[in-house]
Amino acid sequence: MIPSGEHEPGPAQGPGFGAAAAPAGAWAGAPAGASAGGAPAAIELRGISKSFGPVQANKDIDLTVARGSIHGIVGENGAGKSTLMSILYGFYRPDAGTIRIGGREIAITDSQTAIRAGIGMVFQHFKLVPNFTVLENVILGAEDGPWLRGSLARARGELQRLAADYDLQVDPDRTVETLSVGHQQRVEILKALYRRAEILILDEPTGVLTPAEADHLFRILGGLRDQGKTIVLITHKLREIMDITDTVSVMRRGEIVTTMPTRDTSPERLAEAMVGRKVLLDSGRTPAVPGPAVLDLKGLRMVDKDGVERLRGIDLSLRAGEILGLAGVSGNGQSALMEILGGYPEPGAKVEGRLTLNGRPLPLTRTDAGARRDAGIGHIPEDRQAEGLIMDFAAWENTAFGYHDRARYGRGWLMDTAAMRAEAAAWMDQFDVRPRDPDLASRNFSGGNQQKLVVAREIENDPTVLLIGQPTRGVDIGAIEFIHRRIIGLRDAGRAILLVSVELDEIMQLSDRIAVMFDGRIMGERLPGQTDAGELGLLMAGLDPATTAPEDGIPPEVGGPAPPFDPGRDRPSDAGPASPSPSKGII
Amino acid sequence: MTRLPRWADIVLTPLLSLVLAFAISALVILAIGENPWTALTTMVTGALGSSYGWGFTLYYATNFIFTALAVAVASHAGLFNIGAEGQATLGGLGVALVALALPWPHWGLALPAAMIGAALFGAAWAFVPAILQARRGSHIVITTIMFNFIAAALLNYVLVNLMRPVGSMDPASARFPDGTHLPKLTDLAASAGIEWGKNTPANITFLIAVAACALVWLLIWRTRLGYEIRSFGRSERAARYAGISPVRITVVAMLISGALAGLMAVNNVMGEAERLLLNSVEGAGFIGIAVALMGRNHPFGILLAAILFGFLYQGGAELALWTSIPRELITVIQALVILFTGALDNMVRMPLERLWGRR
Repeated sequence: MIPSGEHEPGPAQGPGFGAAAAPAGAWAGAPAGASAGGAPAAIELRGISKSFGPVQANKDIDLTVARGSIHGIVGENGAGKSTLMSILYGFYRPDAGTIRIGGREIAITDSQTAIRAGIGMVFQHFKLVPNFTVLENVILGAEDGPWLRGSLARARGELQRLAADYDLQVDPDRTVETLSVGHQQRVEILKALYRRAEILILDEPTGVLTPAEADHLFRILGGLRDQGKTIVLITHKLREIMDITDTVSVMRRGEIVTTMPTRDTSPERLAEAMVGRKVLLDSGRTPAVPGPAVLDLKGLRMVDKDGVERLRGIDLSLRAGEILGLAGVSGNGQSALMEILGGYPEPGAKVEGRLTLNGRPLPLTRTDAGARRDAGIGHIPEDRQAEGLIMDFAAWENTAFGYHDRARYGRGWLMDTAAMRAEAAAWMDQFDVRPRDPDLASRNFSGGNQQKLVVAREIENDPTVLLIGQPTRGVDIGAIEFIHRRIIGLRDAGRAILLVSVELDEIMQLSDRIAVMFDGRIMGERLPGQTDAGELGLLMAGLDPATTAPEDGIPPEVGGPAPPFDPGRDRPSDAGPASPSPSKGII
Repeated sequence: MTRLPRWADIVLTPLLSLVLAFAISALVILAIGENPWTALTTMVTGALGSSYGWGFTLYYATNFIFTALAVAVASHAGLFNIGAEGQATLGGLGVALVALALPWPHWGLALPAAMIGAALFGAAWAFVPAILQARRGSHIVITTIMFNFIAAALLNYVLVNLMRPVGSMDPASARFPDGTHLPKLTDLAASAGIEWGKNTPANITFLIAVAACALVWLLIWRTRLGYEIRSFGRSERAARYAGISPVRITVVAMLISGALAGLMAVNNVMGEAERLLLNSVEGAGFIGIAVALMGRNHPFGILLAAILFGFLYQGGAELALWTSIPRELITVIQALVILFTGALDNMVRMPLERLWGRR
């Protein structure tokens, strides 16, 4: 149990998923207008513009963040959130505009200036040295002198104080790679606080957390706010905005379209402001009419090349015309499972088990994803940038990817590029991929449009079974709506769908059955109407809902199921693990 | 960062790099008390001022085209083939064995046979590193470098102990029969009534090299195999997802690469020396890396870059002949060009991109 601080909301239960029904949770009503009394705002941006060549990433941005408040920034991918924060942290210099921090105008030329001005940033992809201890990571770049002894001792004392003040307990002597993802994030926050950050910017902080871990993070943020720190939260999860922020700004196409107190808005209105039109947050799903079992998996075990057992006996049965949702925190074996079903177990892995499709056995161990496609198993991979697409390929080359040996692309050695282009153009039309240019390299499409290319390819090849991994990660709301409808359309056409997602909302919204994975096992199966986020959250944390209270579902500090530093696998990565830029690119 | 328009990326960046390399070369020439302008004019007139100069320039360029294409094909598969030197060496052995095996009646028969021999031997030499990489993960950079040394040693042994004619003190094979004599470009021009490039080694292999450029382009951008090679080269994970076998592509790409490198021997062994000499490759395998780098792994770029390096080779030889600039300095100039166009590419590109972004 977490030692409660004075900010502990007590019986109000915190702003978790359990309390989702009450918008503007326990804190949101609190000191939203704390700066009204004349104290200068923590952040004041006036007329900030930034363009990259012809792309206007930020256009005349005015933003005021009151001291001691939690300010949310939402917006679709490419709306310019990351650019704005990168400007604030000194990675980019604005073309025009002024920045005031605490009432004083400053030019933030680099991240050192930003840190000196009291700005701390917690990136979506942690910037930690995996084989350093927590303490060493905290002082990295902030050492007092050439000798580490003094710095380490000072940091140890400081860390104890911070832990007591803000409920941020982490063992300072543990190496970071052994920590759970949630605790690694705490180290990032501690790093910022150690550098005396007064303003904390968090970029999509809950992407890798269980619901209970996210709740705990929000409690920490609430505590920080109550101690006078200012927090800027960048997220695409509207519920988080509603639960924890005091004010919210919506960005669209490089501009701030609206800023308002959170209690005066609703998820529907925020979504509409983000997209610029009405959005159906409900996918309009009708009950499934499941047919006979199509795909049958028995006793799947996998030991990776390092001898770690990643899958510990998985049985699954998938029926025609249904969506089976596989929930779980990333890194619990979902990726390995999808790769094996998709026909490409990771190199060096030992796989055993039995897989049948319509009664015909399929090989589990051999690597041949092409044969899987021929058998009728399509796959939308979880990482479109590393797997689903070749980013340097033109769209028309990517719409044939994996199916490039089909006769419709030409017989013999030569490929019929004209046919490929024509098909790509037709699919881009049907799936509303923008811009509608088959010759454009895939990396120049936004995340949502990249994903539409992959979805178009896999759905149009009409699979019997479709494996879907993280269909809407890093995808904007408008595209999410579209992709969800297509997935349901495919289900209604009688296809069997296995859906893996770390977004519990998405699982709850789309699935006809929900299975929860933890540590290479299926922890249990539920029907969406008969469960809630709290119960699923416990299963996701590997706990038995019958004996545990929902708010205790936080994985232990050490030895989480995921090998935490395995970039590119099992981690959200819309920037791609190798991305050199701190932001998610420009558009 | 802002992306440069395509034309600037392809034309402007290498051109600026080239100018920088020449500028620094000029400084070096000044420093040793010579006149850089004289040096430049000597190089240009020597290599490009006459059909004689062009003949040599194109001869060298032919070598570089083959080795650069070899590097490029491997590079599209994400493999760094440093072994073109050794593969070309073995290609020479293949050519020599074919040429000496039969009393060839006409070059028209000998040429295709020699090409097959060269390609087979080159490919075989690339196969071992390829299979070691694909199956065992032995890094192909290391193994291909090692295979260069093994190739040199092997050729040494074969020439001294097996192929050296009885009584000869020269570590070289016997002369090839007259029926393997390839027509020079001079002969081809003469049959069209033009007098061009007398006494130069440029031969019909240059045309084969140009055809090879076209074929490699077709392979990389128009065939299924090329599609799979490029996919694998960009992302092995994605290739595995798409059902492309990493083992197969690694091996096939390296076989093609080795065959292309081996084909270079048709030019230098069959077209020029007409017998197999020790160290006949003369570093062309390594120059090929620079040429491929400068040509951006695109056959057309490689054609241009190969001619540039042919110019540097021939111009450098002229420089040593007509001025007191030491031979070593020519190597310095070539090194500077490689350094700037290859290794320091970003030094030019990044300011250029910044300049572009500011507009």
